[in-house]
Amino acid sequence: MALVLNEEQQMLKESARGFLQEHAPLAQLRRLRDERDAIGYSAESWAQMVELGWAGILVPEAYGGLDFGHVGMGQIMEENGRTLTASPLFATAILGVSALVLGGSDEQKKTLLPAIVEGSLTLALAVDEGPKHKPAQVTMTASKGGAESNNLKLNGAKQFVADGHVADKLIVSARTSMRSSAHSSTHSSAAPDDNDGISVFLVDRDAEGVTVERVMMADSRNSAMVTFDNVVVPQGAMLGQAGKGLALIEGLTDIGNAHLAAELLGISLEVFERTVQYMQERKQFGVLIGSYQGLQHRAAHLFSEIELTKSVVIKALQALDEKLLDKKTLDENSDAASLLCSMAKAKASEVAALATNESVQLHGGIGMTDEYDMGFYMKRARVAEHMLGDQRFHQRRFAALSGY
Amino acid sequence: MANVNTFRESTRAWLEANCPPSMRQPIVDFEDRCWGGAKWKFVSEDQRRWLDVMAERGWTAPDWPSEYGGGGLSKEESKILREELYRIDARTPLFSMGLFMIGPAILKYGSEALKRQHIPDIVKGKIWWCQGYSEPNFGSDLAGLQARCEDKDDHYIINGQKVWTSYADRADWMFCLVRTDPDVVKHAGISLVLFDMNTPGVSTKPIKLISGKSPFCETFLDDVRVEKNQLVGELNKGWKLASYLLTHEREMIGNMGQAAASAKTLHQHATDVVGLENGVLNDSALRTDIARWEIDSKAYELTAERIRDETQAGQGTGATSSMLKYTGTEINKRRHELMLGIYGQQALGWEGDMFAGGTMASQWLRTKGNSIEGGTSEIQLNIISKRILGLGATG
Repeated sequence: MALVLNEEQQMLKESARGFLQEHAPLAQLRRLRDERDAIGYSAESWAQMVELGWAGILVPEAYGGLDFGHVGMGQIMEENGRTLTASPLFATAILGVSALVLGGSDEQKKTLLPAIVEGSLTLALAVDEGPKHKPAQVTMTASKGGAESNNLKLNGAKQFVADGHVADKLIVSARTSMRSSAHSSTHSSAAPDDNDGISVFLVDRDAEGVTVERVMMADSRNSAMVTFDNVVVPQGAMLGQAGKGLALIEGLTDIGNAHLAAELLGISLEVFERTVQYMQERKQFGVLIGSYQGLQHRAAHLFSEIELTKSVVIKALQALDEKLLDKKTLDENSDAASLLCSMAKAKASEVAALATNESVQLHGGIGMTDEYDMGFYMKRARVAEHMLGDQRFHQRRFAALSGY
Repeated sequence: MANVNTFRESTRAWLEANCPPSMRQPIVDFEDRCWGGAKWKFVSEDQRRWLDVMAERGWTAPDWPSEYGGGGLSKEESKILREELYRIDARTPLFSMGLFMIGPAILKYGSEALKRQHIPDIVKGKIWWCQGYSEPNFGSDLAGLQARCEDKDDHYIINGQKVWTSYADRADWMFCLVRTDPDVVKHAGISLVLFDMNTPGVSTKPIKLISGKSPFCETFLDDVRVEKNQLVGELNKGWKLASYLLTHEREMIGNMGQAAASAKTLHQHATDVVGLENGVLNDSALRTDIARWEIDSKAYELTAERIRDETQAGQGTGATSSMLKYTGTEINKRRHELMLGIYGQQALGWEGDMFAGGTMASQWLRTKGNSIEGGTSEIQLNIISKRILGLGATG
């Protein structure tokens, strides 16, 4: 497949840019932050996004969606990186939808996907139990719920759950098999039984025993710590097969990271363009600072790094679409797409860190002020990097998938 | 689509029958890659046969017009041929400055007579071309070049000195930038001419590099007679051609590392030397360095592909050859630093069979020139700053 957008994808990108710049610019996030908004995003903007069909971009047509694919959604995420719009787009329309598409029963898809498409349901992925993404490190348990044998009881805690304090339902990983919990903390790929016995559940956020504590992150977006104390869920709340949850989470990791990489690319592009523009306006010693070769070369290097990033991002998004087209199931080895998604996240994270650091440095003092926007991009770039694995996580994953 | 599939099938069958097995082995030594030319010593009969059968079909230059001996293939067919060659790990039958540089320039700017004279020989690998660009005082500042070309009515006479002429001692012909008008601003008085290296007055002297090898020469031009019909394009319009050629050169140099890298991946080298423990490379710092390099290398490949696709689709920013040259050569330098990291002092052995005559050290040192030749990395960054980003003294 040619590494370019087709006409429809290009149109979506342009309309996304138009909408976000006009209706949900960075000033909106700044306002939400300053007002300590209770839900942390603009419900009105989200309703407009739903209206535009964005909640259903990854939803198959049979369930009321647009089935427009990951390359299309990736363009919205890239544009979102320019405006830093807070919304349920990532947690619900990308991770939530993908969890249902990859793991949901027909019944679950039929009830939940149309609700997402029409904007009446939001989800949040709760898989991490510490500050770093370690999907196999699960100590949370799902045990038989006593006499009512079809029910399960969840006990444990999840951390850094994006949208966790507002989402209607949480997608939670827990151990359904007890034997391996003892040695799960050392190496994510150490012993095979570490990876068995994890299952994924859909849990109502307001279910009895669920406690949600909102936490404020540097990027001013939603995050939460969630504890589960004897939370009773029916067997039907399980997403995918019992004990096969890790494969589902790996699939979501691929998808989530390709889209985070697209967002990080958007951040890099935005701060880069603003910085080059600033270099063409700001004068010191009587000349434009952009005339200094010491600064020109840093900008040109950054340009080159961003060009490399564009290529790995579009390739990863295309790989996800091709994988869907191939109708591959989760059990089939999908290393090629995983490799490309990890590659995209590793590179996009590295370059977004470079871009945001350079943008502050090249702006000088004004780049350090809260009034100027540069800091927002730097903060979001780091949070987005660390969600679902930072650059080092993905370098290691790339190596492991390559056989070393 | 039917035609495309037929072409793929017939190409595959033909390659299967005609590409000798030894020409599907990785390239190890310099001579394994056939550069052609009158003085070329084929390393094997297979190398000669592979060049001949491919050249006969024009497949050394698949997308050049067949009337001049090229393959006459469409873009799609050329791509299929590339893929089929890659599929069987076939060596490129001919790797030459004729194919990558002066050939395309003659096809684009040359007279009909020049095309008829030179293109078929380039396709067949009969002529080794070298380029006369840099001069002792004009490296990065190429447009200042001084080699003087005077009009003597029915011919030209050239006097001057060139430097960094690749393999001038093996080359048959030179394409050479000369000053035809010394009285105008420097870019406006340059022309591109072609001459036989056997012409009286042409002499060469190899330059020994830090790698121990001498891939470049100084070339001295003393009253060298050049026929007027060997002028490419218009008189004094040579800078346009030079820029065109430099673009090709940048792409060629930027890509060099990829050709070498395809033979054996860095992590395979590391796996063989350092070993795995539980499937993980037994040196975690090296493992991360290699992963980062492999990600960048793949990103570079994909970027070259994306830019080709964008050009084909009429999109993109253009002027990207500087970016590809800069990133490609820096990535290639990193590759060879990592080879040292993998092989340790074994890679630094300089003489003797134990070190294959110092091949690894020599290759590592040679790559240091990649970010100098064809326009330094700093020149590429200047070009990106000015032409793409619009940064400059006046803004």
